Amino acid sequence: MAEKIFEPDLRVDLAGIALENPILAASGPFGYGHEYRELTGFKDLGGIIVKGVSLEPWAGNPPPRVAETPSGMLNAIGLQNPGLKSFLEEDLPRLRGPGPRLLVNVVGCTVEEYAGVASGLEGVEGIDGLELNISCPNVKAGGMAFGTDPAATGRVVAAVRRKTSLPFLVKLSPNVADIGAVARSAEEAGADGISLINTISGMLIDTAHKKPLLGNIFGGLSGPAVMPVALRMAWQVAEVVKIPVLGIGGITTADDALQFIMAGARAVAVGTGLFYDPHLPSQIKTGLLEYMKKEGLKNLHEIEGAARP
Amino acid sequence: MSPGQSNMLPRPFSVYRADTLSGEISLLIEIKGKGTALLAETTPGVSLKLLGPLGRGFPDLPPRSLLVAGGAGIAPLAFLAASTAAPRTLLYCARSSEFLVCPDTDLDLPGLSVMEATDDGSRGVKGTAADLLSNRIEKAGAVFACGPRPMLAAVKEICSRAKIETWFSLEERMACGIGACVGCAVATTGGYRRVCRDGPVFPAEEVIFDG
Ligand SMILES: Cc1cc2nc3c(=O)[nH]c(=O)nc-3n(C[C@H](O)[C@H](O)[C@H](O)COP(=O)(O)OP(=O)(O)OC[C@H]3O[C@@H](n4cnc5c(N)ncnc54)[C@H](O)[C@@H]3O)c2cc1C
Ligand SMILES: Cc1cc2nc3c(=O)[nH]c(=O)nc-3n(C[C@H](O)[C@H](O)[C@H](O)COP(=O)(O)O)c2cc1C
Ligand code: FES
Repeated sequence: MAEKIFEPDLRVDLAGIALENPILAASGPFGYGHEYRELTGFKDLGGIIVKGVSLEPWAGNPPPRVAETPSGMLNAIGLQNPGLKSFLEEDLPRLRGPGPRLLVNVVGCTVEEYAGVASGLEGVEGIDGLELNISCPNVKAGGMAFGTDPAATGRVVAAVRRKTSLPFLVKLSPNVADIGAVARSAEEAGADGISLINTISGMLIDTAHKKPLLGNIFGGLSGPAVMPVALRMAWQVAEVVKIPVLGIGGITTADDALQFIMAGARAVAVGTGLFYDPHLPSQIKTGLLEYMKKEGLKNLHEIEGAARP
Repeated sequence: MSPGQSNMLPRPFSVYRADTLSGEISLLIEIKGKGTALLAETTPGVSLKLLGPLGRGFPDLPPRSLLVAGGAGIAPLAFLAASTAAPRTLLYCARSSEFLVCPDTDLDLPGLSVMEATDDGSRGVKGTAADLLSNRIEKAGAVFACGPRPMLAAVKEICSRAKIETWFSLEERMACGIGACVGCAVATTGGYRRVCRDGPVFPAEEVIFDG
């Protein structure tokens, strides 16, 4: 009799979004997906989180916008995007259809702008969820990012909750004193999940020209260099919220992904790693399956938070 | 082109030569920092990851074109120069002779005349690309240029005064290289555009140089 081949189940439910596998493309590096679809056909991605969409078009920051750092990079794109209307007319129609689940990253400068984007996406076919990027500067509060203040976070989340019936994640900034407090505030205000981390604020100086390397002076650090920081924060957040966590930050291998899951994350997203290798999601998926077979795991829930005491 | 390490961004390079029969391409790489140094160390037989060709190249050369190359900017212009046999002139400029890295034999092409200039006069005429260009611009069919920004800004000024069609191949720091991340944006009259996808070749009149 043929031996029954054991196939582990990679499916996970992220805040009500059913994913074929727990690997997503992080918002930003992936743009609106068109270029990576040409290159990889979205192969082996459970979900994609498209680049931040604002109510009106944003021009973005002056160049240079990116710079390499040891095991990572800085970026100061400035959330350049064509705005909600153009996203709905030009980008979304090309993304609909079978394939990975689609989440839209939402950005704004005021609570009203976030709420406006959420209402504009309400009831639109082809969108499976939202991700609120609360690392944006809050113009009414002197430009301090929404995500640095638990009270401001609560206000944005509550406003979006009133406008959307879609599941939504709140994406936390690591540039805060107490990430748990921000996460709890998001949960209490109605978020369905937490994603973290966004980039860590940093800069570089071009010594040949005696000036900051990036056009915006400051940028956000990402890539393998930030992985241990992101993992620590995912661990801290998983401890204080009941809603699922999406782990992001420097993930380039299946082992990195497993570490986030063992810290308590439900799924993971890859950003900078896609620049190193656009086929990274396939490699991570293969690695996860190998691990599960070796360990005799039927699904990933068996190890979610497994490293926690 | 990836410098062979997993935690490094890929590096953008122009195609320097392509042999359609053998399927071989050549790159001409100036060692600038970590990535190009690693690439220079690779030995025959080592496999490297390469993604391309990417973006939009130069349009066809009209007769009497002037090609202006500054330093490593020679790579795409040598490729362009080899695309036709029509009379054309290459103005090849650099700080000093050691930065004129392109082998003479590669520029020995039918119909191509080559003029060289260095800032310090160590090879060719003593002077800049702008000096060479100013003397020849009147009869030019079109101008194609690649090199440092100050050089391109000077070329733009000369060409727009003479009302000659001009194309630039631009450089900017990149991350994805395919048009997704908007990391390689340059300021143009049409807003920020992506060097890797919308370029690297742009009409000179669209490019905005800021100081
Ligand atoms: C479209 C295009 C075509 C190019 N063609 C050639 C070519 O044919 N031959 C050649 O020698 N050089 C070319 N360059 C420049 C080349 O890409 C850089 O010299 C190289 O990336 C430097 O890498 P590094 O690791 O040695 O330098 P480092 O300074 O260590 O690099 C650090 C980071 O900065 C980036 N970077 C540094 N300088 C540049 C630059 N001038 N342009 C873009 N990114 C830069 C690197 O890619 C890397 O991400 C081209 C650049 C562009 C944008
Ligand atoms: C070029 C670039 C653009 C980004 N744009 C966005 C964005 O629009 N919205 C957002 O929430 N995060 C954005 N991010 C942050 C990433 O989604 C991710 O949180 C961060 O880079 C850490 O993950 P990584 O190390 O895998 O890249 C961007 C990151 C990079 C590198
Ligand atoms: S490098 Fe990403 S858009 Fe050009």
